[in-house]
Amino acid sequence: MSGIEFSFELKQNGFQLNAGATLPGMGVTALFGASGSGKTSLLRCIAGLEQAGKGHLTVNGECWQDSAKGLFIPPHQRALGYVFQEAALFPHLRVKANLEYGWRRTPRTERKGNLNHICDILGIGKLLQRYPHQLSGGERQRIALGRALLNSPRLLLMDEPMAALDRPRKAEIMPYLERLHAEADIPILYVTHDLEELARIADQLALVERGRILKQGPLAEMFADIDLPIARDENAGAIIKTRITRHDDEYHLTHLQFCGGEILVSRIERATGELLNIRIHARDVSLALQPPGESSILNVVQAVVTEILDQGAGRIMVRLDAGGTPLLARITHKSQSRLGLEAGTALYAQIKSVAVSI
Amino acid sequence: MEPADISALWVTLRLALITTIILLLLGTPLAWWLSQTRSRLKTVVETVVALPLVLPPTVLGFYLLIALAPGGIIGGMTTHGLAFSFTGLVIGSALYSLPFVVQPLQNAFRSINPLNLEAASTLRASPLDRFLTIVLPLSRPGFITAATLGFAHTVGEFGVVLMIGGNIPGETQVLSIAIYDHVEALEYAQAHWLSGGLLLFSFIILFLVYRQNSRWPHT
Repeated sequence: MSGIEFSFELKQNGFQLNAGATLPGMGVTALFGASGSGKTSLLRCIAGLEQAGKGHLTVNGECWQDSAKGLFIPPHQRALGYVFQEAALFPHLRVKANLEYGWRRTPRTERKGNLNHICDILGIGKLLQRYPHQLSGGERQRIALGRALLNSPRLLLMDEPMAALDRPRKAEIMPYLERLHAEADIPILYVTHDLEELARIADQLALVERGRILKQGPLAEMFADIDLPIARDENAGAIIKTRITRHDDEYHLTHLQFCGGEILVSRIERATGELLNIRIHARDVSLALQPPGESSILNVVQAVVTEILDQGAGRIMVRLDAGGTPLLARITHKSQSRLGLEAGTALYAQIKSVAVSI
Repeated sequence: MEPADISALWVTLRLALITTIILLLLGTPLAWWLSQTRSRLKTVVETVVALPLVLPPTVLGFYLLIALAPGGIIGGMTTHGLAFSFTGLVIGSALYSLPFVVQPLQNAFRSINPLNLEAASTLRASPLDRFLTIVLPLSRPGFITAATLGFAHTVGEFGVVLMIGGNIPGETQVLSIAIYDHVEALEYAQAHWLSGGLLLFSFIILFLVYRQNSRWPHT
């Protein structure tokens, strides 16, 4: 039985968690929600750091909690990896001993990976003899991730691992997370309230609101659903699957094909034929009823309006269909009236910029 | 030094060492419980532990004398009672020095980031394993302080010993009482030797503790 199936009821300091779902047993699932929505409590229940009075949890066929039967496996007997917001490295141990802490306690037959490989993946080989207080925030978080991975987990839990980092440090860690996403053969639950972050590393998205799982689904589907709260986010936008068709050396561009047309982006160092997910922010899409004339904007796609949602404060979210691919555009109320937009209107979507995750 | 002074020194060191070991063994779980519990009993236990700090040693000594006497709560468990014996002194000293061991340990335990323990529990460490590999090493300064204060305070104890141990050379006569005897007998030279020695001892030991703790790098 594959999947992470859970239901928890937990009351704590006036907050109530009442969440149940079955999440995929593979890939990265982001738990997304505002602060205070219960994401962290949910993750702690899954780890067993918090014991829900009424709870049930099965991870890929292994039962970790069943309060009906009085079963509760304590955290130290669950094969999991947990990365906290702050790295929580043991201050009295060198990096190497920190990394090996879980590894040493894992039975030989259950050990996966090894120190050298993890050091390579995370680029931490040179830090092994240091103490945690001699590391930068980004380094610490990479060690914490390595320590969790060396615990040979069957489930990796990450609680906003980048929340405590500034932008450059985040940029430093991101490639490692993307690589982890590509290489990991275990399910990963990733708590975040940053849409940009999850768009780059998650496959699945579960929305957490007031201690409940509001909705879950594949990332592209969820991002294209303008009725969900994420559509209100500043960084709302569509995720589009594309294929690299050719590179244009003269203008230093790469051509990407998707079912609604073609998109040009700055040159990407990847082979033609490869698949690539791109993100188009709703704020970067403007709409025109006529084919735009001379303009500096390279990417114009023909599309049809499928849904219009008034988000208040003069902001309108428009969902478009471009040859079967959903696109989002955020425009002003005034523009909507002037263009007379309604479901079924055919128009041209001008795309000002494209975010490419590698 | 006279042979009596040397034997008093020996009794004192033996008493302080044994008391310290017993206090570390009993005080560690007690301090851990105090640092972690949310029980309503906590305040009561904390108060009892702190009592020797404010009580005149004679009060503590008086009740101990009764308890240790043949037929007393503790003494009744033995054939001749424990008053005026070395064992009685150990019991009295342990009670008297309890706060000096428990409080530094409790502070050390309380200052450990609970996140470290949670992290260890997600890394397959059982509760005992976490205590041995995370709590103990991170509380090292607390243990050094506790052991030193417990030891030094026992060395410097006077009132309780006088009440329950009396003044039996080689058995219960400790340095502080030997000094008192010398002064009573107007033997100021001997009193100087012993007092100066204790003063120096106390200074050195406290100095070493403070230096050690200010060098602790992992905070």
